[in-house]
Amino acid sequence: MKITFPRMGTSHIAITDLLKGFGNEVIPPPPITKRTLDLGTRYSPEFACLPFKILMGTYLEGIALGADTIVSSGGVGPCRAGFYMEMHRRILWDLGYEVETITLEPPKGHMRDLIKQVRRLIHVPLSQVWTTGLFVWRKLELLDIIEERAYYLRPRELETGSTTRALRKCLSIVRSAKDMEQLIEAEKKVEEVLAAVPIDPDAAPLKVGLVGEIYVVLEPFANGDVAETLGELGVEVDRSIYLTKWTQENAFLDFFRIPADRDAKRWARPYLDEMIGGHGIINVGETVMYSRDGFDGVVHLAPFTCIPEIVAKGILTKVSSDLGFPVMTLYLDEHTGKEGVRTRLEAFVDLMGKKRVKEQGVAR
Amino acid sequence: MNVFLGIDLGSVSTNLVLLNEEAELIDSIYLRTGGRPIQAIQEGLRVLGGRHLGGLQVLGAGTTGSGRRLAALVIGADVAKNEITAHAVASLREVPGVRTIMEIGGQDSKIIILRDGVVVDFAMNTVCAAGTGSFLDHQAARMNIPIEEFGERALRSTSPTRIAGRCSVFAESDMIHKQQMGHKVEDIIAGLCEALVRNYLNNVAKGKDIRPPVVFQGGVAANAGIRAAFEKALQVPVIVPHRFDVMGAIGAALLAQETVADGRPSQFKGFDVGIRDYVTNSFVCQDCPNHCEVVQVIEEGEVVGRWGDRCGKWSASVTVPTRPKVPHWVEGAI
Repeated sequence: MKITFPRMGTSHIAITDLLKGFGNEVIPPPPITKRTLDLGTRYSPEFACLPFKILMGTYLEGIALGADTIVSSGGVGPCRAGFYMEMHRRILWDLGYEVETITLEPPKGHMRDLIKQVRRLIHVPLSQVWTTGLFVWRKLELLDIIEERAYYLRPRELETGSTTRALRKCLSIVRSAKDMEQLIEAEKKVEEVLAAVPIDPDAAPLKVGLVGEIYVVLEPFANGDVAETLGELGVEVDRSIYLTKWTQENAFLDFFRIPADRDAKRWARPYLDEMIGGHGIINVGETVMYSRDGFDGVVHLAPFTCIPEIVAKGILTKVSSDLGFPVMTLYLDEHTGKEGVRTRLEAFVDLMGKKRVKEQGVAR
Repeated sequence: MNVFLGIDLGSVSTNLVLLNEEAELIDSIYLRTGGRPIQAIQEGLRVLGGRHLGGLQVLGAGTTGSGRRLAALVIGADVAKNEITAHAVASLREVPGVRTIMEIGGQDSKIIILRDGVVVDFAMNTVCAAGTGSFLDHQAARMNIPIEEFGERALRSTSPTRIAGRCSVFAESDMIHKQQMGHKVEDIIAGLCEALVRNYLNNVAKGKDIRPPVVFQGGVAANAGIRAAFEKALQVPVIVPHRFDVMGAIGAALLAQETVADGRPSQFKGFDVGIRDYVTNSFVCQDCPNHCEVVQVIEEGEVVGRWGDRCGKWSASVTVPTRPKVPHWVEGAI
């Protein structure tokens, strides 16, 4: 059994370790390139969203590298993404690739099925499952911290691009850590690398919240490097979704009926009191919260044809005008030309900058 | 004479303007980009330089449009700004209290909402080019009507034909159908103007709070039929600025003037950019699986700019840009 899985942001670094630690042979998903997108688009329904098409391409590239089994997560709430693994499987089988698929649904309501599926992935004693789990979780946390730190550093860096270079170096340090001891060492090295980026400590950059559908928020290829572009335009980005936090909330806390995202849902209530699938309601709530927290604006990332995000966009227009808070939706589809995204982001940054100058009289 | 140079390098057209120190328009030139942006800029500079024969001192230069960064590199601009900001700055100068700007160009269209002289909201067309200049051009050619007469003939209609406006392909088949049914040409083109306006208001301007004064600019503002259709749909007067066709370039020149207001010398390389030798080429970097397409601009045999690489190693090999002391968004703050 050779396993591959979707690539999303930096998570593949730790997921590869997880599956290997459980005794599997792993084909790490190759980086997403234009070729991935070409392949995925060719074999996907035309109206499917960008994440579906990218995953389709990733699976085909993984199969070409020898994978015969695909692991993916299921969906939360009424969003068609919950059916994607099955759709992908049928398309792959039609193409003659009779791969095994393993879908991990959130524990709530699917506990028995989840245990059954996870057992297919475990080929080592329970003690090793435990040490692998702890190691991988800590690695995922470190990966999230690195990205979060990069969002802070980028608008303050003195030399454009130095944060991004440091970020790449950090990722390769984390990738090479093979056990807990090496990971603790890596945490220290990462700290040194990030601390060495020269910054302007007095800068008061604009602050923007990034909300939207999880895949396009986490995967830079899918969003045209929106976080990096904003950072280099002098904006500090706060991402509403991190994989570790999201997993905690949707897999663990939700199972014990602890409503972890209750804040977002509470703030969304005046506008939307219904689970509309995907991240719709959370995005509305998070936008209200960003406004209350003194941010300068929100960028909302939506895959073209994504129903939950289309609904959220309509509501965000109202939120924006009620609160006098700039919100911009970017629809993401197959185009890989980044100029269109850049133009809109630049104009949005100008808008927020002038608003701040007007309201506070000073820029910094 | 002391002047400020503004260049709007768009996908269809390239516009250059010269403003004097009082921000009055001295000269302007409109060229087709024709897929060769650097050549278009060079030709523009040659023509402008030739008209004023050495009598120009450029105090500041600005660029805008989708090719603004390429243009900035080639001419040595002091500021390169997005089209939204450039159009807003130019429009505010012409109509100080403007609260809505509608701009329709060759390939794109946008709406900008302002309150108290500040941009508060904007949108650009995303996935569809219906309702832009190229589509009008195409339909005028198909019906054998010179584009210059298109608008006037639309105004002669007393009973516009209903044309589907959601998509340019649907609009075209609907137009052909109506024309084969015997509708008058004037009624069909008036109907097309209304369909285009409906499409703009339902797509680009969706959810936007349109309030007067409304300014209409961009190449399509030349079309009297579209202007009339907007006034009919919005029920407010629509103001078309005198130089509606070069507002982006005027905005770029005004932003250049603001940028050098602190007395810094202009980076402008001079009108002889028009006779220098420029080559652009691209290669696919094979160093990692991203296979980025790297574009490079070569001036007189020397690489002056590179971009397109995700990792930044090619672009960084040319210049190491340092961040200016003031965040760039403060430039041009009103």
